[in-house]
Amino acid sequence: MDSSVFFGLSTIAYILAMIAYITYLAFRKTQIGIIATTITVAGFVTQTLALGMRWKEFYDIGQMGWLRAAPLTNLYESLVFFVWCLILTYLIIEFRYKNRSFGAFITPVAGLALAFIDISGMSKNIQPLVPALQSNWLLAHVLMSFIAYALFAVSFSTGLMYLMLRTEKITESGYIFWTLILSAVVITLGAMGLDYLTFKVLVKTPEELIKGFLFKASFRSDSVAVALLSWGIAIGLTFLIWRYGVIFKKILTAFNITPELLDELTYKSIAIGFPVFTLGGLIFGAIWADQAWGKYWTWDPKETWSLITWFFYAFYLHSRLMRGWKGRKVAAVAVLGFLAVLFTYLGVNLLLSGLHSYGAQ
Amino acid sequence: MLLENKENKTLVDKIWDFFASVKLAIIIFSAISLTSVIGTILEQNAEPEKNIKLLMKLFGVSQQTAISIFDILDSMHFMDMYHSWWFVTLLLLFGANLIICSIDRLPRILKIVNEKIRPLPSEHIEKMSIKKEISLKGKASGVRESVLDAMKGIGFKPAEHADEKGLQFYAEKGNFTRLGVYLTHLSILVILAGAIIGIFFGFNAFLNLPEGATSSVAYQDRGTEVPLGFDIRCDNFEVDYYDRTDMPKAYRSWLTVFKDGKEVMKKSIVVNDPLKYEGITFYQSSYGMVPNSEGSGIIILKMVSKDGKSEQINAKVGESFTIPGTAVQGKITDFSPALSIDESGKSFTYGEMMTNPAIYIEFTEAANKKFSGWLLKRYPQTWNLPDGNRVEFLDYWGVEYTGMQVRRDPGVFFVYLGCIIMSVGLYITFFMSHKRIWINITEDKNTAKVLIGATANKNRAAFERKVEKLIGLLNTAKKGGK
Ligand code: HEM
Repeated sequence: MDSSVFFGLSTIAYILAMIAYITYLAFRKTQIGIIATTITVAGFVTQTLALGMRWKEFYDIGQMGWLRAAPLTNLYESLVFFVWCLILTYLIIEFRYKNRSFGAFITPVAGLALAFIDISGMSKNIQPLVPALQSNWLLAHVLMSFIAYALFAVSFSTGLMYLMLRTEKITESGYIFWTLILSAVVITLGAMGLDYLTFKVLVKTPEELIKGFLFKASFRSDSVAVALLSWGIAIGLTFLIWRYGVIFKKILTAFNITPELLDELTYKSIAIGFPVFTLGGLIFGAIWADQAWGKYWTWDPKETWSLITWFFYAFYLHSRLMRGWKGRKVAAVAVLGFLAVLFTYLGVNLLLSGLHSYGAQ
Repeated sequence: MLLENKENKTLVDKIWDFFASVKLAIIIFSAISLTSVIGTILEQNAEPEKNIKLLMKLFGVSQQTAISIFDILDSMHFMDMYHSWWFVTLLLLFGANLIICSIDRLPRILKIVNEKIRPLPSEHIEKMSIKKEISLKGKASGVRESVLDAMKGIGFKPAEHADEKGLQFYAEKGNFTRLGVYLTHLSILVILAGAIIGIFFGFNAFLNLPEGATSSVAYQDRGTEVPLGFDIRCDNFEVDYYDRTDMPKAYRSWLTVFKDGKEVMKKSIVVNDPLKYEGITFYQSSYGMVPNSEGSGIIILKMVSKDGKSEQINAKVGESFTIPGTAVQGKITDFSPALSIDESGKSFTYGEMMTNPAIYIEFTEAANKKFSGWLLKRYPQTWNLPDGNRVEFLDYWGVEYTGMQVRRDPGVFFVYLGCIIMSVGLYITFFMSHKRIWINITEDKNTAKVLIGATANKNRAAFERKVEKLIGLLNTAKKGGK
């Protein structure tokens, strides 16, 4: 058996855990909650094993020593590692705060991120490192970036939930903001799911998917009817989420999730994520670039987007200090910050080009 | 706040306040981010055609319109925006904002840092964010020792104060951590300073050095020569491949540095491991074939005869050699930089770079044809001849050049220094806090009442757990003491 079998098992576990957590939210039976936690832990253990095995496989092929064989060299491996960090963070929160209800919000992100690997058809092959990537700084850089990304993902979820709780009327801007963001996430993932079903056979590389096939099964369909229908469904879905979004608030309230807890979690994950991102994402990245290319900063798109992300979170930290900015506005900044993370991580590789584009294979 | 009279402020005050505000910081964050986004979409320092095509695609406009948009953007320096006057101005504004904001607040923070903790009346302690109360059996004087020990047990060195109401211990830790934010802000200034020093006192150049060649200059973008102050020679350049593939594993150049004609340094560089001499750094960045050099390179062979005699020679295509101690002669008749064999067994050259160099040798013994075939540099098994002799194809030398980035940047030191300061500053800011604790002991009918009040400017929950640990220590001390 190789690592991919275990990766597959952990994906299934996270999807089952997602179902269990949502059932738990709906029925509020402790037994179901325990089952959900057990499945998540099992998935996490399986995934940890899979990571270890892949490391070993790469070590055998790569002929470069253990450190250089860390499974963090391409988009696929980094996405898997991101999910691993996310689940770890979630489990820590669950045990620390003795609250299972976040599981229903985090496990879908994990399951969908893993499913996205298949949707995008990105290469899972182990490839030897090209010379520029043979650096321990790079390893530390990638490792820490993804830990930070996972923490930012948590702050995104808690920030969004905070907005759910702290908005009253469906006409106020905060409410419209979070329903739009939630709709965008749901619609994008749904549309990519459709792409997956339709184009799985045709698609070969992530670039090809994103540039050629993304949304081809829905919004960008050759058939005008399908495209129009997709837009119709998207608008309808957005409307439904907007109209009935209050339900989310009821669910959260039923689980004793308070805005104060959410605000604290958002701040905590950014307060840890920000220094980790600064050191790993920016500083180690700069050191690596300095050694590899002879320039610590070149303003290439990936670097620039990392800086933009960093500014977003600096914005978050400072906006908390400004009068009249507590609460909702600050939470909205945390939510937007994660959109910048997403673009830094996926958008730059897939949509923009630059020095880093070879990393996308 | 309301008493503050805005009318009375001078213009200087107003400007000062403007620069000291967090609001300006947020405006600058947004401005730098938004403009930077444009710089990641438009390709920087590219040929105009590329960006005109991009604009046509982006806006779906005709070439004519795209050119006009391009001209407008170009006149605003968007095609090299990170070096434009307005972007640099933004960065400087950012720095000014940081400096003035820090000067504005530092005195107040320093006062808090230097302020010694004082005993407080119990009404104050009652109102603290962390407040605990316990009763212990015994007289206040009996509890005194255990409270002292418990406070030391969680890392505080308490001072003592006694008055008619009772006994108070108080202690604080980490006042200096309030300066962490300022360290973080300072580090940004240090990094900006490093970047500016680099721009004014450094250079970025490149050097393509053929194997065997020596240079005392590097070249900048428009061909301007930059004197190095010493000579550098490329002794050899090699590409290593992953086993049996054409996937490069390492690019390596062997370099020698000469100062005033004397050899002072020898080092082989690879990507990620540069050579540094007198503040100038040479980075492996590319390679290629010297133009019109095909076939003129020097073939380095090592011949090993059946009975172990060996000899190393340099030869060229067309030349012959004899394997030592035998009558076997070889004549090099052909060279291929990248040899491959097709399905029918015919050999062909599949590339111009030296991916898989090979030489064709015809062997004769006493004027009789013996055998002939290709020897591949990367495949030692092709070096063994059918008669037991061996010809090792060590190198094909003198036709490749190594491409190096040559940089001098005295600012890098400050950039790295800033990075270290920033890491320390952020650690202090987010993972440490200024903690204060007061413990009041009063006596009430043979029980000692212990009132604990504590504050932390950050990570309150963690400090609360510490205080609970202290209570645990107190309780066990009391039990053990009985
Ligand atoms: C990207 C650059 C910057 C970074 C990385 C940064 C970082 C930080 C951090 C980490 C904190 C602590 C926040 C917290 O405790 O939650 C902070 C606080 C602060 N920052 Fe910045 N900062 C930056 C730029 C600025 C600028 C330009 C100003 C100018 C007004 C500024 C003013 C402040 C102030 C006033 C505080 C609060 C200090 C206090 O609590 O005593 N920052 N900054």
